[in-house]
Amino acid sequence: MLSEAAIEVSNLTKRYGDVEALRGVSFSVNEGEVFGLLGPNGAGKTSTVEILEGLRVPDGGSVSVCGLDPQKSGSEFKYAIGAALQATALPDKMRVQEALDLFGGFYPRRRGTQELLKRFGLEEKRRAFYSQLSGGQKQRLALAMALVNDPRVVFLDEPTAGLDPQVRREIYDIIVELKKEKKTILLTTHYIEEAEKLCDRVAIVDHGKVIALGTPRELKERSGAVTRIAVRMAKPETNGALSKLEGVTECRVEAEDYLLYSTRVPRTIVALVKHLEEQNNELVSLEISTPSLEDIFLDLTGRRLRD
Amino acid sequence: MQALRHTWALTVSRMRLAMRNRAFLFFSLIMPLAFLFGYAELFRRFGPDAMPYLLAMVLALTVMGSFWGLSVQLVTFREQGILRRFRVTPVGSSAMLGSSLISNYILTLPTVAIEFYISRSLFHMASLGNVLSVFILVTLGTVTFASLGLIVASVTNTMQETQIINQIIWFVFLFISGATIPFPMLPKMVQQVAVYLPATYLVSGLQRAMIDHANLLDLGSYLASLGGCALIAFIISAQLFRWEPETKVPRRAKLWALAAVIPFLLLGAWENFNGDLRRHAVRNLQLIREPYSMERIEH
Repeated sequence: MLSEAAIEVSNLTKRYGDVEALRGVSFSVNEGEVFGLLGPNGAGKTSTVEILEGLRVPDGGSVSVCGLDPQKSGSEFKYAIGAALQATALPDKMRVQEALDLFGGFYPRRRGTQELLKRFGLEEKRRAFYSQLSGGQKQRLALAMALVNDPRVVFLDEPTAGLDPQVRREIYDIIVELKKEKKTILLTTHYIEEAEKLCDRVAIVDHGKVIALGTPRELKERSGAVTRIAVRMAKPETNGALSKLEGVTECRVEAEDYLLYSTRVPRTIVALVKHLEEQNNELVSLEISTPSLEDIFLDLTGRRLRD
Repeated sequence: MQALRHTWALTVSRMRLAMRNRAFLFFSLIMPLAFLFGYAELFRRFGPDAMPYLLAMVLALTVMGSFWGLSVQLVTFREQGILRRFRVTPVGSSAMLGSSLISNYILTLPTVAIEFYISRSLFHMASLGNVLSVFILVTLGTVTFASLGLIVASVTNTMQETQIINQIIWFVFLFISGATIPFPMLPKMVQQVAVYLPATYLVSGLQRAMIDHANLLDLGSYLASLGGCALIAFIISAQLFRWEPETKVPRRAKLWALAAVIPFLLLGAWENFNGDLRRHAVRNLQLIREPYSMERIEH
């Protein structure tokens, strides 16, 4: 089956006064894909998403969502999308159930309030005021509201920002569920972990530009970041032969461990095993840590993500 | 059809929120009732005959309260980013603004009814006046003042700014319209300015409907200017409406906002030359004043 692009962004530019927020952003998201925009604060992620949601007008370039122009398509566009915005709230004295009823009422096609309450674990909080909810509950409600019209495309702008790790994992589970439903999801984040866990493809954004794009795996393979192999052996190694193994760029000793940095992991491991046999040595433990997107970001920009 | 459905859904929701807001309940129900009891106590010696005059002032205060009402709620919505959440739904700005007016109006009516009931049962007011005229004046007045509030809500950028501007305009409405200090007792110069205010026509119109049983025809010019102002103010507020706190209002738009006063500039000018508002006001004031002191006012 030919998958048609659900979101198309081409050469997008946007400036606020003197600040060039977007400097030619392009990417496309396929139907049913979870696509991540990853980058530090101020990289241009939210500007991109808000243009796609129709909240901001781009200065240049073009966007289309489900084949529609967010600025010109009116209700048809609004029916197709669902959004959990970054800087948003509900009135303090609005009850959870009322919010879902009210927003659901704006659409001809909608999901039942009961179903959403149950699915997002808000059944017990149905009568609670918005102001009485915890950060995690507010975020779950925001996600429920983004799905109230059963949209084709869902925008999640920093869905886990400011939440503690446990709540963040709850949100991940919800997004994984959505992925199973074949919803097209555009997600922004500055958490590497989130992008790696959830996204089919990731665009790394920095200073208003896409600096790398691909599956998390592709990005890792493509980048110069190297894999670290931590080896512990029965007898210590002294002659420096480990650093000459195939693919190894660097070898360091840390306590009892030998840390091998390799660009070609499978070959390095085969060579290592051969070497140990020759030396009549024995392998006690072996641990491989692949480069994270964080390493890739560092490699691409020379900066850490959270700087 | 869809826009109407959205407007109604928002109206119901915003009424619910207003009912849960103590400040709103205080200003829309408790304060006007406090004025009613205060006036009745102050002018007790004139007995039930003074009640139509007093009730007209309280009704005007109640209606003018729409100026604060749900327009201020809209500023909070914008500041907290609540409006932008609505913006990604199919809800349009007219539904948002329309719900402000309608919910305000629906919430004003019970207060008006309670004020009538108390005047009648507790203070033995003899007649209800011309009920149709009162009803239409209350309706047009609520929409007018709520629309003016919407304009202020649109041209100001923060809640603080809104409150400062609202206070200034509110005090002008309160003190020189006749709603607190009877119109004939104001200095001549202030009277000449007061006839340019929508509030003055509301107070005067309500007094004539309550005391003289003035019908819609008698009050034609008042109704036309209140209606005109309501319409112009609503159109302007729709033009100025902003979903996002960071979108600033252009200075030209602020000038535009002043167009809402055009009907009153015209009516005020006419009233200053050959109007009868003052004559009616003086005559009606007799209900709460001794005849001897009236002579001084008439000259």
